Amino acid sequence: MDRDENLFVMKIMNLNSSKHAIIRLFNVTMRYGAKLALNDVSVDIQPGEFIFISGPSGAGKSTLLKVLYLAEKVSEGQILINGMNLARISPAKLPLLRRRFGMVFQDFKLIPGRTVFENVALVLEVSGEKPSYIRKKVMHVLRTTGMEKKANALPLTLSGGEQQRVAVARAVVGDPDIILADEPTGSLDQASAKLVLDFLMAYHQKGATILLASHNLHLLESMVRGRNIVLDQGQLVKTSTLL
Amino acid sequence: MTRYIKKALADIRSNRFLNLITIVTISLSILVVSLFLLFFENASRVIEGWNQGGRAMIYLESAFSEEMLPDLEARIKSLGEVEEMRFISKSQALERLKNEMAGNTGFFETLKENPLPHALEIRMKTHGDLQQMTAFAKKIADLEMVESVEYGQGWLARFLKIFSLFRITGYAMCGLFLLIALFITANTVRLAFYSRRLEIEIMRLVGATEGFIKTPFYVEGLFQGFLGGILGLLILLGAFFAVSSGISQNLSAYVYLDIRFLSVKAMGILILASTFLGWFGCYLSLKQILK
Repeated sequence: MDRDENLFVMKIMNLNSSKHAIIRLFNVTMRYGAKLALNDVSVDIQPGEFIFISGPSGAGKSTLLKVLYLAEKVSEGQILINGMNLARISPAKLPLLRRRFGMVFQDFKLIPGRTVFENVALVLEVSGEKPSYIRKKVMHVLRTTGMEKKANALPLTLSGGEQQRVAVARAVVGDPDIILADEPTGSLDQASAKLVLDFLMAYHQKGATILLASHNLHLLESMVRGRNIVLDQGQLVKTSTLL
Repeated sequence: MTRYIKKALADIRSNRFLNLITIVTISLSILVVSLFLLFFENASRVIEGWNQGGRAMIYLESAFSEEMLPDLEARIKSLGEVEEMRFISKSQALERLKNEMAGNTGFFETLKENPLPHALEIRMKTHGDLQQMTAFAKKIADLEMVESVEYGQGWLARFLKIFSLFRITGYAMCGLFLLIALFITANTVRLAFYSRRLEIEIMRLVGATEGFIKTPFYVEGLFQGFLGGILGLLILLGAFFAVSSGISQNLSAYVYLDIRFLSVKAMGILILASTFLGWFGCYLSLKQILK
């Protein structure tokens, strides 16, 4: 199948599966000046799917995730999340949308001046949860990620792998429907990367939808079952199933 | 709210130096403002004392006789503004003068007749406003049988003009210092905001509302303003006790002085103003940053 045929098949697949899609992208285009970061991307993602977004550097993987959590606004096209049109979300409602996502980044994005516990607890604090619930829930999540004993440590005293486990704990502590992970294993050694993916897979088993952008296809292929979306120069060029 | 207060206190602790500079700046501005206020409060009271609480002497014409007194008193009272009125006959006035001059009474023996006029001593109801006093004195002076009215207007008017000019300069200085404090507070918040940019970015990513992000900054601003106000007043209080007793001892023999520290109301207003200043600096800064 050449590239055009592939795109056509993908669009048909999307139409057939669009009824229950949790995330829908319609002809999404994203421009940075003259550069096209995303070019007419249309895709439907079902609840509970594990989506692996791959492609070379600059393909638009991170941009695709950014437009989903509205760090960037699309230049053209529409995005629906659970039927909610992101273009119509007011700034006041944006935090509510983001609470539905758990996010993991390559550079961890942990607050250096706050302890591991405080970093993870932040997600529940912004939702206005009670301190007693926060304590219980955070300690539970830290236990499952193996970071319980480091609850009072500051992020910079931890190894890269440990920091990413804290980031994963933060991503799942609010029980989000969707996890967006942008190169979560990019700066980790093989063992740490495997550990982080194990946690994400375990959370996926509970029914969460996961979108993971990475260039590390080999590691993913050996561990992840799901759909692989390949981007190149901002275009969705191929989808395949990882078994 | 407890969470925000705890967060604000933690932020103040983590940015001690920056916060200390802001608190000291606010306190110095409040010190300057309260110093002016202290001066004006005391100067007003002293001037009030010099003004003898709005006393005036109405000197009557030589043709005036005591039978005309009830009529004149009624006419003066009808003008309003008079709180107290006392007639001093020419003989009483001479007696008073003799008493005041004590040992030098030989001069009075040479007098063939009493040169002093009958007079009415009055106390005006409103005596803070010189313009009002002048207008009222003119009304009395226009009455029949009234020779002249004296209330120390000459030198007092000149002094009050200078004082009023000084007061305006004082207000301008206060405004300037408050403005400086406002900009420094706003700048501190801006620096604190930039130093916590990563933290704020992460907060936004995990779904924090703007209120959740901004409230600790506002609480911090209120703390800085409040503590700055208290510190400024404490410095002034210390300086006041150190200096005021010396001034009173040295000058009370020459002039009427009644030096007191700021009233509770003035202190309350100053602390409220400095607290507002902290909040407003924060508001301006956040409005600009988050625009």
